[in-house]
Amino acid sequence: MSDHAADHSADDHAVDIDKHVKVYISVFVALMVLTIITVAVSRVHLPIQYAVTIALAVAIIKGSLVAAYFMHLVSEKKLIYAVMALTVAFFVVLLALPVLTHENGFWLPQPHVDQPHPDAEHK
Amino acid sequence: MDIPYTVQVRRDTGLNNGKIGIWLFLASEVMLFGALFASYILIRTGSPSWPRGDTVLDVPLATFNTIVLITSSVTMVMAWASLMRRKFSTFRIYMGATILLGGVFLVVKYFEYSHHFNIGEGPSHSNFLAIYFTLTGLHMLHVFGGMCVNAYFWGPGAKLYETNPVWFTNRVEHSGLFWHFVDLVWIFLFPTLYLL
Repeated sequence: MSDHAADHSADDHAVDIDKHVKVYISVFVALMVLTIITVAVSRVHLPIQYAVTIALAVAIIKGSLVAAYFMHLVSEKKLIYAVMALTVAFFVVLLALPVLTHENGFWLPQPHVDQPHPDAEHK
Repeated sequence: MDIPYTVQVRRDTGLNNGKIGIWLFLASEVMLFGALFASYILIRTGSPSWPRGDTVLDVPLATFNTIVLITSSVTMVMAWASLMRRKFSTFRIYMGATILLGGVFLVVKYFEYSHHFNIGEGPSHSNFLAIYFTLTGLHMLHVFGGMCVNAYFWGPGAKLYETNPVWFTNRVEHSGLFWHFVDLVWIFLFPTLYLL
């Protein structure tokens, strides 16, 4: 494909840009609302397991919106999906490592106790 | 010799090389931040007590910074959309706004950091602050790096638009992918460090 042809392709794509822009604005509003929800929920001081679940769920929704629409993952080529699938698989393993270690009680008992903050909540 | 596949797409991948390159780079970035998030989980679950983020950190400032970074992501994608519409002057406005918002984010972080250091709460003060400074410090470096690249495309790098607008548009798209990733990381850092 020549540069001229590529330019044509970009011009064709420009026709759809107006639709894209509307989506970007909608995603922006959604991200703002979700940010307010995250902060509002944190002020309720729920038990830690519920607080973590809700905060991470909202963060995953926000992250997915950014990745899907701002990063155009919603309409990407297969190779990008393959790269991302591999990355997610390794990422999950990476985050699972501390959990597996925890099951073995690797660090218990702790010889050193970090100084808690005066307002700290004990888990 | 011209760099191949900057505008044309490769037949085997269906993509130009720049896009594959930036996604592979982002994959490595996911693992970099993933390792630090795993460290955070390890340290936090291993600690008999852990302070809630809002008892140590300034949540209103961080909420403001979250709004700033999300807004900068929108201006970044609008900068790319402006180039797709072949509106260069609009691109300059949106890209300038993106750089400016990145600057606002760093200034707010400067005030946050200054406050902690002034009251003797450096990284060595506690495990919480150690992981806080490590994660947010690395993230700030990424914001700064993204600002430098965006500033190049706003300024001297924009000359390419006159000779090859499609290549320039692709470059801005790739720079945008990095910027959105930086926003995405903050979306997870904010609740993890400040709210839980």
